Amino acid sequence: MPTIDEIWEALKSVKDPEIPTISLVDLGVITAVSLDDAGIPHVRMTPTFVGCPAMDYMQQQVRERLAQLGFPQSDVQMTFQDEWNTNKITEEGLRALGQHGLAPPPRYEGVLELEVLNNTPCPYCGSHNTTLHSPFGPTLCRSLHYCNNCRQAFEGFKPV
Amino acid sequence: MNDAAINDLITRLADDALIIAHRNSEWTGLGPMLEEDIAFSSIAQDKLGHAQALYNILHTNFGQPDPDTVAFTRNEAQFRCCHLVELPIGDYAFSLIRHFLHDAAEWVRYEALEQSTVVPLAQLARKIKGEIKYHLFHAKTWVVQLGAQGNEESHARMQSALNEAFPLALGMFEPSEFDGELAAAGIYPGEGQVQQRWLELIAPVLEQATLQLPSVEEIDRSVHYGGRKGYHTTHLQPMLNEMAEVYRIDPAAEW
Repeated sequence: MPTIDEIWEALKSVKDPEIPTISLVDLGVITAVSLDDAGIPHVRMTPTFVGCPAMDYMQQQVRERLAQLGFPQSDVQMTFQDEWNTNKITEEGLRALGQHGLAPPPRYEGVLELEVLNNTPCPYCGSHNTTLHSPFGPTLCRSLHYCNNCRQAFEGFKPV
Repeated sequence: MNDAAINDLITRLADDALIIAHRNSEWTGLGPMLEEDIAFSSIAQDKLGHAQALYNILHTNFGQPDPDTVAFTRNEAQFRCCHLVELPIGDYAFSLIRHFLHDAAEWVRYEALEQSTVVPLAQLARKIKGEIKYHLFHAKTWVVQLGAQGNEESHARMQSALNEAFPLALGMFEPSEFDGELAAAGIYPGEGQVQQRWLELIAPVLEQATLQLPSVEEIDRSVHYGGRKGYHTTHLQPMLNEMAEVYRIDPAAEW
């Protein structure tokens, strides 16, 4: 039977349906994995945004991956107990967001001040000479920016 | 213990979120510029998620029906939303001021609820606050921009919208028969305290926007009370009919 480490490793192949460069593990939405005495895996997930429409699909993808791994039965649930924020995204995850052309969210300590959005580094040229166009974008987790240096519109993954 | 009070509190929060979400979604395709169209639509989607998660707490922990049944099968007398969220979108200035006044109240409410003794509600409040922060950031930016950095017309339209929306906004804090019980149990501090903190939050922003805050003392705030007891404006039931149209034709429809 696969170990807990092997389950975590296998779940790294489940990608975000809207940002296929990042895995759900690196995104930080899988918060806990355990195996009970009957050998049934319990996976706890937490939504990026409360109203994110991709969450049911993500849970289904996790169940299917567990089934492939040899767990026809699993317990996958959403919870707000250990709520998601962008500091939960791994270093690998931040790089994956960049690969998708999204400015990764800055790490922060304590209270997040949204003024950080004003000079989000451009994912194309790295310049900080950028303007926030809107804190809302094509999906709940993205913001709209413009780079005054390379004159390119870009999207950011919102810090939360 | 406290079940009736908790049900009432969460229903009020959820109904406000559901109805303002629907109203905000009416800007989809009609925003004064593309970014605002997207912003109002995104905020609507966030708030719809908040309503669903709140109804889900009632369903999972307090024996209420599932979120879709609660959202789509009640009539107006069973809703506990305030009048402010029911009104049509009006012009952009009205929708923007409503968005600011309403979301500032949400911020204060969820800040208090982070400490709630109802654990699933406290957990959800922590999560929701991170999203309301963006809503309030958006609202503040535009209120200050159109109030203080626009022109005479934008200032006049914002002031007029504020004068219209402010008495309605006071209706958000209609006292509840459960206020004392909720405060004593450490669940929620009560509408009086929340209104006071709300005024402290909005006053400096309106000042920065060079907008005149109407005097609370001179307003008969009870004019817009009643929503929390099921007495609504004439705008709510037609909106509910529209919102539930698909569900009433086919409750099992996937859409």
